Amino acid sequence: MKAPAWTGVAVTLLICAAPLTAQVSYEQILNAADTPENWLTYNGGYSSQRYSSLTQVMPANVAELESKWMLQDHVFGAWQSNPIVADGIMYITQRPNDIMAVDAVTGSVFWQYRHTNDDEARVCCGANNRGVAILDDRVFMGALDATLLAVDRTNGKLLWETSLADPALGYSITMAPLVVKDKVLVGVGGGEFGIRGFVAAFDAATGEEVYRFYTIPGPGEPGHDSWEGDDWEHGGAPVWITGSFDPDLNLTYWGVGNPGPDWNPGQRPGDNLYSDAVVALDADTGELKWHFQFTPNDGYDYDAVQVPLLVDTDWNGEARKLMLWANRNGYFYVLDRITGEFLSGTPFVKVNWSSGLDDNGRPIPTPQPEGMPTWPGNQGGTNWYPPAYSPRTGLFYFAAWEDYSTIYAPEESEYIPGRMYLGGGFSVNTPAPGAPAIGIGRDTPINTWTDAVGHGTVMAMDPHTGEPVWKYDQFDVSDSGMLTTESNLLFTGGREGHFHALDARTGELLWKTSLGGQIVMAPITFMVDGKQYVSVISGHALVTFGLRD
Amino acid sequence: MRVSACCLAMWITGVAVPSHSGGALSAQGFDDHRYTTTDIENGSRLYTAECALCHGSNGDEVDGVNLRTGQFRRGSSDDAIRAVVASGVGGGRMPAFDLSEEELNGLVAFIRAGFDPGGVAVRIGDAEAGRALFAGGGDCASCHRVNGAGPLTAPDLSDIGAIRTPAALQRVLLDPDGSLIPINRPIRAVTRSGETVEGRRLNEDTYSVQLIDSHGRLRSLIKADLVEYEVSQQATMRPTTLSSEQVAEVIGYLMTLQGVR
Repeated sequence: MKAPAWTGVAVTLLICAAPLTAQVSYEQILNAADTPENWLTYNGGYSSQRYSSLTQVMPANVAELESKWMLQDHVFGAWQSNPIVADGIMYITQRPNDIMAVDAVTGSVFWQYRHTNDDEARVCCGANNRGVAILDDRVFMGALDATLLAVDRTNGKLLWETSLADPALGYSITMAPLVVKDKVLVGVGGGEFGIRGFVAAFDAATGEEVYRFYTIPGPGEPGHDSWEGDDWEHGGAPVWITGSFDPDLNLTYWGVGNPGPDWNPGQRPGDNLYSDAVVALDADTGELKWHFQFTPNDGYDYDAVQVPLLVDTDWNGEARKLMLWANRNGYFYVLDRITGEFLSGTPFVKVNWSSGLDDNGRPIPTPQPEGMPTWPGNQGGTNWYPPAYSPRTGLFYFAAWEDYSTIYAPEESEYIPGRMYLGGGFSVNTPAPGAPAIGIGRDTPINTWTDAVGHGTVMAMDPHTGEPVWKYDQFDVSDSGMLTTESNLLFTGGREGHFHALDARTGELLWKTSLGGQIVMAPITFMVDGKQYVSVISGHALVTFGLRD
Repeated sequence: MRVSACCLAMWITGVAVPSHSGGALSAQGFDDHRYTTTDIENGSRLYTAECALCHGSNGDEVDGVNLRTGQFRRGSSDDAIRAVVASGVGGGRMPAFDLSEEELNGLVAFIRAGFDPGGVAVRIGDAEAGRALFAGGGDCASCHRVNGAGPLTAPDLSDIGAIRTPAALQRVLLDPDGSLIPINRPIRAVTRSGETVEGRRLNEDTYSVQLIDSHGRLRSLIKADLVEYEVSQQATMRPTTLSSEQVAEVIGYLMTLQGVR
């Protein structure tokens, strides 16, 4: 068969051109807001606002959303992963550490990469993974055995693999990495195993470690005296949620988790820096610029692993660079993100572990008598579920747990490598002995615990007053993150499996659909060929919605 | 009617049965070995420290596993439980725990005792006498169903001996309001069309409630369609007027209800 010579040339050009144009450069991530058709980082951009300027789906037509495709995972357990989308291709992980590249319009899978974890891998709270990061033609994932790896965006082939720490000691990675310039930044989990937490940066091209910031200062370093004896060696302070980045200040921000052993603060006297704190690190060197500790000498597992949400706005008549933070400890904070200065802090749920905050934002502790409940309970007033902020409404949206408390039972714990290091235990306060309690996740379609032990609410917080402007109550609690759009929509879910669209201004329910499985991630939105889509994971299904054709 | 102070005193001083006398005295029955009260107490502490974070304080938070009621994924014998704890489950699903033989025994004992270290001290009476009381003087069968016979008003008790400890059953008999599990609370709703629906709650979410109504029908109500909706804090069941001996007999009977397994 004869073909005209020019056909071959054209085909070659197309094949060569496609991967080049589809690369995701650092500049593109830096200006993610300019390409709202993509969702390029865990939280949609460096300021982590989860705010999209796509407006095709709006209050007037949101009720016309219909399911376009569904991707079922093939693994049991909570699916906490957050997709990213670049040029019509979605990258998503499933438990424990598979990456899939998916056609974002049809749900068809191009390739799957499966990482086999070291047998020694151990995690406190489920074999979770929350997603990938992307830069150029590389996709990055952290694994349960504390390995960071890169695969080729086009075919899922492994490019490099770096072990960060010994998984047999309880180190793990569950968060989506954060790419900054030419580096991949990631932190480790293991706060229940007596690790020494850190955030580290790796060369995106080679996987070589560039710097490491330990979240517990070693001997001779500032803050080391917030620990006694050798407590610091096994003091926890993990980093298991993706941080944020301010390119103008060249600072990355990370929420740090609980000190260990979790529930026995008497065993580790001192403030236990930088546990339950936010740390601001130089993006090039990892050097600590400032820190703010929310819960010194924490005895309640109040990890500060919330997403640092960055907002530039007016504060008392002055333009400021702010950080908004609804903390697991029940307080909502506003900080100056240049200096870490405390600007305000107000409780958003019932709080009795502290009677308030002093002028510097330090809590005034009011520990409860033995056997008496502490509010908020162990899972917190909120937790790691990504919040959202809309510059249009000026409101900060997050999932709060109301009327939920825990009874703590501290006990002396001995550190044994690889074993849980908890310092006692806790029980959730229930209205009847032996009645079902709220757990870490939901594994039954029947709500046997009911609102008698707590319920969820979507809170729309005015950062200026520390008061919610509206709340949307749910019967069960929610571990769902938020997505908001320029068209004043707020998308979220919950453990009940309802996927809701609320009016971001008023909290009015505009549309809902029952997806039937717990939603324990945050929805995203993107656009392909001029059509806007919204994706969410419920139970074992990733569902992508679009407007009726 | 409340149980009298004299009655309560009898419960408290009731004969404590040593846990190692085995069989029907525990919620599970001791399948393989027999364990001491000390084992169970040690196991309870170890469970709280090592296991509760994932498995939950009731042992039911891992999909497909209910440690308290004996539902396992990987073999249910004592040795199988020990093996899973010692070796873990691959792929990061469950870590291996490096425990001593004594600690492993304690964990198994705690699981076999239905998570109730104190539960074995409840007096268990004659099951046959209890069966008669259940149908007759105790007035249980007028609301509860067993093995396909009886009304649907109150929870079906066919497997109650497998899922509740004797102590928990005693609590319900003496103080139904204080021990009513929230999901079972009676509800009353009035629909927009004026119908009043009363029944026992089966499930609820933000937008709807599922119940079994007073006629034994499964109903699902949309909250937006209701003009009234009340969840009662009070159990339909009242505290028993049976004597302490009779309560022990009813518990004895209930413990024989192990379901079809």
